[in-house]
Order: sequence, then C-alpha cells, then structure tokens
Amino acid sequence: MQTYGSHHFPGKLFIVEGVDGSGKSTQIALLRQWLISEGYTVFFSEWNSSPLVKKATSRGKKKQLLTPTTFSLIHATDFADRTEHDIIPPLKAGAIVLADRYIYTAFARDVARGVDRQWVRELYQFAVQPTLAFYYRVPLQVSLSRILTGRAELKYYEAGMDLGLSSDPHESFRLFQQRIVDEYEAMVDECGLTVMDATLPIPDQQRQMRALVRPHLRGVRRLHDPIQYTNGLDLASVMESVENQLNRHSGEQL
Amino acid sequence: MTQLTFYGIDAIGLKARNELLPGRLIVIEGTDGVGRSTQLNLLRPWLESSGYAVVDSEMTTSVLVGAGLKRAKEGNTLGSITLNLFYCTDFVDRFEDQILPALRAGFIVLTDRYIYSLMARALVRGADPAWLRSIYGLALRPDAIFYLKVGIEDIIPRILQGSGFDYWESGMDLRLGNDLYESFINYQTLLLAEYEKMAAPYDFQVIDATLPAEVIAEQLKRKILPLLPHG
Repeated sequence: MQTYGSHHFPGKLFIVEGVDGSGKSTQIALLRQWLISEGYTVFFSEWNSSPLVKKATSRGKKKQLLTPTTFSLIHATDFADRTEHDIIPPLKAGAIVLADRYIYTAFARDVARGVDRQWVRELYQFAVQPTLAFYYRVPLQVSLSRILTGRAELKYYEAGMDLGLSSDPHESFRLFQQRIVDEYEAMVDECGLTVMDATLPIPDQQRQMRALVRPHLRGVRRLHDPIQYTNGLDLASVMESVENQLNRHSGEQL
Repeated sequence: MTQLTFYGIDAIGLKARNELLPGRLIVIEGTDGVGRSTQLNLLRPWLESSGYAVVDSEMTTSVLVGAGLKRAKEGNTLGSITLNLFYCTDFVDRFEDQILPALRAGFIVLTDRYIYSLMARALVRGADPAWLRSIYGLALRPDAIFYLKVGIEDIIPRILQGSGFDYWESGMDLRLGNDLYESFINYQTLLLAEYEKMAAPYDFQVIDATLPAEVIAEQLKRKILPLLPHG
C-alpha cells in the first residue's frame, strides 16, 4: 500500500474544496470543459457514494446509527473504493482526474464532529496527494444564504444535529458550518491548499484557476490539439455553462 | 475494571469522558477453523453459571455494515483498502455499539477475534503497518488475549471436516495459488506468520490449539478466573 505523498503517476489530480455554496462545483465543471477542449483525457470523480458502501451509509443515516467515529470510517471506506476505482487507475493511465471534494472535506467535517484530528489524517493515509488542491474561500454568511435560500429542510447529519449544538436545525447547521470553515482555514498551511477568492466573478476565478493548472500540464499526453477560440477564454460559452452547472448543482449537499 | 489504555490515539474520546468500564474484555484469537467458537461455547455457560453476565461479539455482525460487508464480499469489485476499511468500520461499530455498553454495564465481554485478526488479514493484503496501527489504535487493550495456535498442517483436516475451503478464508482475492487448496495453504501460512509477529508486542497468551477442546477450555478457565470481579 502506498501512502499519501508517495504515489508517482503520469496523470494529474486536481481537486476543489470548500463549504457548500462556495461555487467550487461550478469552477471544477468549467475547468473540466476547458481541459477537454485542450485535448486532455479527463476523468471526473464525484463525491457520491460508491455502490458498495451506499446502502450501509444511507441506512446508517436514516436510522441515525452513526457515531462520529463510524461516520468517519464509513465515509473513509467509501472514499477508499473511489480511490481504488476512480482515482488510481486513471492516474496510472496518464489521465487528468478531477475531484469535487476530497479528503479535506472529511478532515473538516469529522474534526468538526469531534473526531481526533491526527487520527482522521492517519485514516486517509492511503489517499493520493493532489497535484493541486483548490480551496474556495467564502464568508460564512454568503455560503449560508446561498444554501439556505429555498431549502425548507436540512437533513439530520448534514445539519450536524448529532452534535447537539442546537435543537434548531438551522442554528445547528450554522454552528456546524462555522466549525467546518475553521478547520478548512487551519488546513490551508498544513495541507498546502491553494486559496481562491470565491467572492470574485465566476470568469475571473476560472481564469485564475486555469493559470494555476496550466504549468502542471506540461508533458501530459493530449488526444488532440486544442480547439482554438477567437477571443482566448470564450466568456460567452463560459457563462452559458456556468448557468447549466448552477442548475445542475443546486441540490448539492454535504 | 477494564483500564482506559489504548494502542494509539483514543479517537472515540473515552478518556475525555472519564469512562468507567467495570466489565472485562477477553479476546479469543486465532485463524480460521482453529476452534475459537467451540471455546466460546464452552466458556459462556461456565461464566454464566458462575453468575457473570456475558456478551459475545463476532466479526461482520455489526448493525451498521455487517450485511453490507457480506454483500460486498459476494461481488467482484472490492479492492483491498476498501475491504480493510469495511472491516474496520464493522469493528468500530461493534466496539461502540456492543462492546463498550457491555463493559460499562459490568459484563464479561468475550470476543471472537479482535483487531489482531483484522490487522493480520490487512497486512497479508499489503496494508501499511503504521497505517493499521494508527487506525486500530482507538481499540482498548483487552484484559486478556488468548491466541489459539496451530500449524498449517493442523488446520487442513479441521477445515475439510467443517465447511470446506472458502473463497475468502483461502485468500483467493490475492491469487496465491492455482486452486483453493494451494491458495489456502499459502494464505494461511502468511496469516499465521503475522499472528506470530504480533504475539509478543501485543501480549498474546499462546494456547496450544492441537490439544483436545476440553483441555484447552480448562486452561482458559484457569487463566480467566483471576481476572474476574471477585474471582
């Protein structure tokens, strides 16, 4: 078993992190389209449950069987399946793997639940270290209003109700999200996250992201030559896909 | 009283809660077909008739992932890291849901295997030893660990008289041989070597499992008696 930082693959791994409502899913979807148009083989790995673990996880949540430790472990099991199927094989094949949320989501969420910080980090030692890990930083008030607008109900674990922070789900969610943000901030230096200002206009963020990714693409195999746009970034198509992505990701949850 | 001592980080946070565990945690370890369940079936009525409340816990029986783990093992997509973590989730669910409540209530907990078998299997499947030690570091040190020891030659007849060679007990996922028999020999030999390596650092009390079951049970009773409350 290879441990974090010791993997060497021809492929590249770019991941986005941040709280719900930070716009990270939009950014990685745009990055994906750009990479494809540049001729790269791109594999997109979602934070969804793997088929193997899905049943147990949703049952555990529905019946509220999970303690902070088993919550952490069942998600680590899920992530291991994702690593063994969706991440390592494409990286070995020289592809660019993109992931919406990664181990840092687990670090933030599990520690916010009271699991030992060091233990969670050891638990995820099997994970591949990303080429670049983007953290979309957004003021808590902004992300909360983006999420809570139009949401009638918050799920039990999503709102951190298992922590007993507050009997009101919205208040509990707010306190839980604050803890998560604190953990993310502490990880910026510890885990080498690349901080992105998620309050900037979407095309500006995307331009920065591409500029940061580009140097890491040297030597990565392309399937075809880049598709040429007359005005460089082609903002019209960017904005169009932004809207598509926003519609698609409006139901996202942690 | 089971002491609040751990192999690594107390990730569940028992010390912070100043937990009192008046029960006893007794582990029977050993490879497949070595006679663990026979011994547990002999120990349980003996303890109960002596007035002790007994709870036993067995692998892959957790409420949370027991069924899911069995289902996953029937498919063909289970990678080794995922398998190891699945077992770990099963263990920790049983630890928090069955073992700890029983210890709090003063029960004698007899477990059919503990973290050692899980670590042995994971090590044979190439897991990083330091990684395993840290994730299973949250487990309590048991009051006693009895390791039922046999050689590979002694397991074969037991397995054949029992349920026969099983895919996972033969380590067929590791492709260690051309058929169940070859794979079983190679896999179990590797497993036994891992148990041997753990015996000293984890204070296993080694029991010769080639002796008759009644003789082993007598040895176990003699060793367990002084550990019991008012024993």
